[in-house]
Amino acid sequence: MRARGLLWAFCTLIGVWLVAPALIVVPLSFTDKPSLKFPPDGYSTRWYANFFGDPAWMSALGTSVQVALLVTVVATVLGTAAALGLTRAKIRGLALAQGSMLAPMIVPGVVLAIGTYAVFLKLQLVGTLAGFVMAHTVLALPFVIIPVTASLRGFDRRLEDAAASLGASRWTAFRSVTLPLVAPGVASGALFAFVTSFDEVVVSLFIQSPYLQTLPVKMYASVTRETDPTIAAAATMIIVLTTTLVLVATFFVARRTRAK
Amino acid sequence: MKERTAGPALLILPALIALGVFFLYPLLSMLVSAFTDPEPGLGNFAWFFGEQANMQVLGRTFSTAFWVTLVALALSYPYAYAMTIAGPRAKAVLTLLVLVPFWTSLMVRTFAWVILLQDTGVINKALGAIGMGPFSLIRTQTGVVIGMVQLLMPFMVLPLYAVMSGIDRRLLSAATSLGAHPVKAFLQVYVPQSLPGVSAGCLTVFISALGFYVTPALLGSPTDALISQQIFTQVNGLLKWGRGGAMGVVLLGLTLAMIALLAVTLRRTGRKVTG
Repeated sequence: MRARGLLWAFCTLIGVWLVAPALIVVPLSFTDKPSLKFPPDGYSTRWYANFFGDPAWMSALGTSVQVALLVTVVATVLGTAAALGLTRAKIRGLALAQGSMLAPMIVPGVVLAIGTYAVFLKLQLVGTLAGFVMAHTVLALPFVIIPVTASLRGFDRRLEDAAASLGASRWTAFRSVTLPLVAPGVASGALFAFVTSFDEVVVSLFIQSPYLQTLPVKMYASVTRETDPTIAAAATMIIVLTTTLVLVATFFVARRTRAK
Repeated sequence: MKERTAGPALLILPALIALGVFFLYPLLSMLVSAFTDPEPGLGNFAWFFGEQANMQVLGRTFSTAFWVTLVALALSYPYAYAMTIAGPRAKAVLTLLVLVPFWTSLMVRTFAWVILLQDTGVINKALGAIGMGPFSLIRTQTGVVIGMVQLLMPFMVLPLYAVMSGIDRRLLSAATSLGAHPVKAFLQVYVPQSLPGVSAGCLTVFISALGFYVTPALLGSPTDALISQQIFTQVNGLLKWGRGGAMGVVLLGLTLAMIALLAVTLRRTGRKVTG
C-alpha cells in the first residue's frame, strides 16, 4: 500500500511538471513590471495593450492566422484526396506512396529548413505568403492523411454502392454518404493542420523576411533579444486559441459519437 | 472496374506533387550542395569529420539525446504503469495531463522553460527555500535536458501505456503467491513483457531529440551547440551551404538509421505477440 502511495505522489509531481509551463506563462502576462520575474508583484493588462498596439506583433499574428487558415484548407483538401486514393487505388507502389506521404514527420526540422531555404531563394519564395503556406502544408499533410485514412478504413463501401444503385451519381454519393461519415477524421486532420502551421518555428525561421514573420518567429526573436513581457501576452493568446480549438473539436467528436 | 482503380490513384497526385516540390526537392538540393559547394568532392565531409570541434558537437548531440531518453524513461515508466492501474476517472486525468504538451505550442513551452530555469527563477527559489542551490540551469546541458524531456514525454508515455495495458497483471499475483518477493516478481515477470514499449518509446524520443533545434538554441549555451544549431549557423550565419548540407546529411543519415532500428524492433516484437 505504501508503494502505491509513493506512486501516486510521483504521478502528481509529474502531472504538475507537465502543465507547469503553460500555467507560468498566463499569470506572467499580467505582470505590471517590465521584467519576466515570476511570480509577478503586481498585475496589469499593459502588455496586452502593448501587443495590440505594436504593429510588428499585430502583423505577425495576422500572418500566422492567415497562413494557418490557408494551410488548413490546402492540406485538408490535398490530404483527404490522397487518403481516398491511398485506401481505394489498386496500383503498384502504393505502399511507397503512403510511406513518402508520412516522411515529413521524421525528417529533422533543420534539415528540411536549409533545403527549403535554398529552393525558396531560387524560386523567390522567401518572405512570401505562398512560401509559408506551401512549406507548412507539406509538414501538415501527414497529420491529415493519418486520421482520414483511419476513418476511411472503418467505412463500409457498400453504403456508396447502395447510394449509386438508388441512382445517385458518384459525386453525390461521395458528398452525401461518404463525407458525412468520415467527417470526424477530416475535422481532426484540419485541426492538426492548423495547429502544425500555427506552431511551426524552424522552417519559418529560414523562410521569413523582416517584412513577413509568423508569430512563433517573432516570439523566437524576442526571447533571444529582450526580456519583455509582451512575449508572455502573445504566448497566453496562443494557449487560449489552441486550447479553444481542441475543446471545440473534442466537443464535436463527443456529440457525434453520442448521436450515433 | 478499370475506372475504379485509375480514378482513385489520380487523387494521390496533387499531394505527391506538393511533396515533390516542397519536400523532396529541398532535401535533394541540400544533398547536392553537400557534395558540390563550394567545389565538387567530399571536402565538406572531410571538414566535418576532420575537425575536433565538430566531433565534440556530434558527441554532445548524442549525449543530450541519451540523457533526455533516459530521464524520460525513468519518469514515464511509473507514470504509464499508474495509468494502467488507475480507476477510470484518475486514468482520464493522467491521460489528459500527458496530452497537454501535445497542444501547447513548442515555442510557448520553451519560453516558459526560459523563465522557470533562470538563475532567479521559480526552480532555484524553491530549491533555495529548502537550503539548496542556486544552480545554473539555463545555458547548461541540464537545462536543455529538463526542457526537452518535458516536451518529449508524451512520445514515451503513450507507447509504454499501449504495451502495459495489454499485460495480464494476474501473472504478478501468480508469481507472488508462489513465493516470489513482489519486487522480484515485478522485475522478472512484468518488466520483460513491457520491453517492446520501452524500446519503441526510447527510440522515438531519441530520434526526435537528435534533431531538436528551438529548445537547445534557447535553453542551452551557444558555446555548447548541438548539431542542429551548428547547421543553422553554417547556413544562416556563415552562408557555408556545403558545410551545412554535409552536417544535414549526417544528421539525416543518423535519424534514418535509428528509424530502421525502430522498424526492426517493432516488427520483431509484433511477430512475438502474434505468433
